[in-house]
Amino acid sequence: MKLRVGWFTFSCCEDNTIVFTEILNDYYDKITEVMDICYLRALRKKNDKTNLDIAFVEGAISNSKAEAEVKEIRQNCKKLIAVGSCAVTGMPSAQRNNFDEARKKEIQPIVEMFKYSDTVLPVNKVVQVDDNIPGCPMEPSTFLTVVNKHLKEFGVNAQL
Amino acid sequence: MHSFDITLENLTKMEGHANLYIKVKDSQVENVKLEIAENQRFYEQAARGQPIATLPQLMSRICGTCSIAHMTCCIEAVEKAVGIVPTEQSLVMKKLATYGLMIRDHGLHLYFFSLPDVLGKDSILDFSEHVEREHKLLHDSFDVKRAGNTLCTIIAGKPVHAPLPAVGGFLKTPDEKQIEKALKELKYARPLVLNIMDTFHKWNANFERHTDFVALTTKDFSFLEGEIKSTDGGVIQEKDYIDHLEKVIIPYSQAPGFKFEGKEFMVGALARINLNKESLHPETKKSAAEYLKLFPSKNIFHNNLAQGIEILHAIDQSIHLLENVKFKKEALVKPVLKEENVGVGVIEAPRGTLYYRLNINKEGKVKNANVIVPTAQNQINMEKDIGKLVQDNINRSKEHIEHEIEKLIRAYDPCMSCASHFLKVKWS
Repeated sequence: MKLRVGWFTFSCCEDNTIVFTEILNDYYDKITEVMDICYLRALRKKNDKTNLDIAFVEGAISNSKAEAEVKEIRQNCKKLIAVGSCAVTGMPSAQRNNFDEARKKEIQPIVEMFKYSDTVLPVNKVVQVDDNIPGCPMEPSTFLTVVNKHLKEFGVNAQL
Repeated sequence: MHSFDITLENLTKMEGHANLYIKVKDSQVENVKLEIAENQRFYEQAARGQPIATLPQLMSRICGTCSIAHMTCCIEAVEKAVGIVPTEQSLVMKKLATYGLMIRDHGLHLYFFSLPDVLGKDSILDFSEHVEREHKLLHDSFDVKRAGNTLCTIIAGKPVHAPLPAVGGFLKTPDEKQIEKALKELKYARPLVLNIMDTFHKWNANFERHTDFVALTTKDFSFLEGEIKSTDGGVIQEKDYIDHLEKVIIPYSQAPGFKFEGKEFMVGALARINLNKESLHPETKKSAAEYLKLFPSKNIFHNNLAQGIEILHAIDQSIHLLENVKFKKEALVKPVLKEENVGVGVIEAPRGTLYYRLNINKEGKVKNANVIVPTAQNQINMEKDIGKLVQDNINRSKEHIEHEIEKLIRAYDPCMSCASHFLKVKWS
């Protein structure tokens, strides 16, 4: 049995995507044995985000479009895992939430022009999150531990 | 006569989010809009008030893939502002960290993003374990990236958001066991790089349009120090680079574009090899002699081959340094703060020239930060190239044109996360 998996990114530097591509150096065979990577824009053009077992979500949510997208992802997955500091805590992508008035005024034209949200949110403020892989970026060992836990819960015998 | 629109939303196999909108009327390209669709994270504003000791860690977060470039350039700007001259060893370590970055980052682009275009596959994840060539290239990609990853790790602590580079030096030096491991992996990767260069050399992809190339050229091709040169013959000092750039507001894009001397231009591996191939490591020049004959080149797809050459050079330089340098424990060089402290750092990041200008107060906190990233500099050139590409192929099918556009954009290796770190533009 293989799990259908998607990897999604929002406001962030995509460092966890990079760490994931580095994890593949050593775990490609094992990962592709237990997962079909159905959605990962960095690596494929033909992506499918329907009927996922696990959705990994990286980055903070910073506008209504992203909010709608992450809600759609939530409806299409059995488990949603927030990955990396921006998704788990909002920071550092949410740093504009704490700007003083002068800085807020300075960025206001862009916030309005591109219809950003007033505050940047971690993923769990927008949808239900089943698990977290914190870190800036995530540690490969944490990723493996969390994924192994969920493989077990899904009844997959193999482990990474 | 054709009239049609092309909309490519969420371009894939590159770093970050971008959309493309093209309008063709009566067989003429009327409009090309490359929209960087990453929401801003306002790092320049966030930098203000930060102490210089923690600033490089903050600015590293602008970009996941080239974080070591942001950190290194930021440290250079701080050090220049506060009178720190890096020790010989710390300069060697900056170079090694940058070589590790180039190997890993170019490796990611060449194998994971661009190679599927060469083999006619959607994704590297679709490479077959049963087709020998695909199996080999897939596993080569892991070995090449791993060598870069290990080099970054032993020098900088981690490949992404590295903990060891600091203002005034490095917090730790590599031990002999670590150096041995890195040397083994670098030597193993070297012949694999020759193979990927050959693959891109044989790829029949061509697109040319006259443009200027700009790069920081260094005597040992270290990506870190030297003079900025352009193909129109100009030589510029690092601190003066900004005087030659003109910021262009692109209302539909979340990042500004730039012109150099009033014209569009290109930065990146192709620019560097075009302007400075003589400075490559002697072994690299020997092994890549056949490919180096192609440069200077206007063919944007040669950016891939140029990246391959740079991976080889980074490996050769790193092997040389790791085998010859004896690392010793060093204290960090302390800053000397004046009333006003201004420093400019310019380095070559994987995707091209990266510029940091910092204004620091007497307490050692940032008053002002200005960062110019490579993808923003390439933005106008990319749009013009796309316009010409569509015009050249105007009688072909829309699917064909779309596919060619994506290949072209990927050849630039754009990084939208970098481009969206800030926006200091007054909209009216």
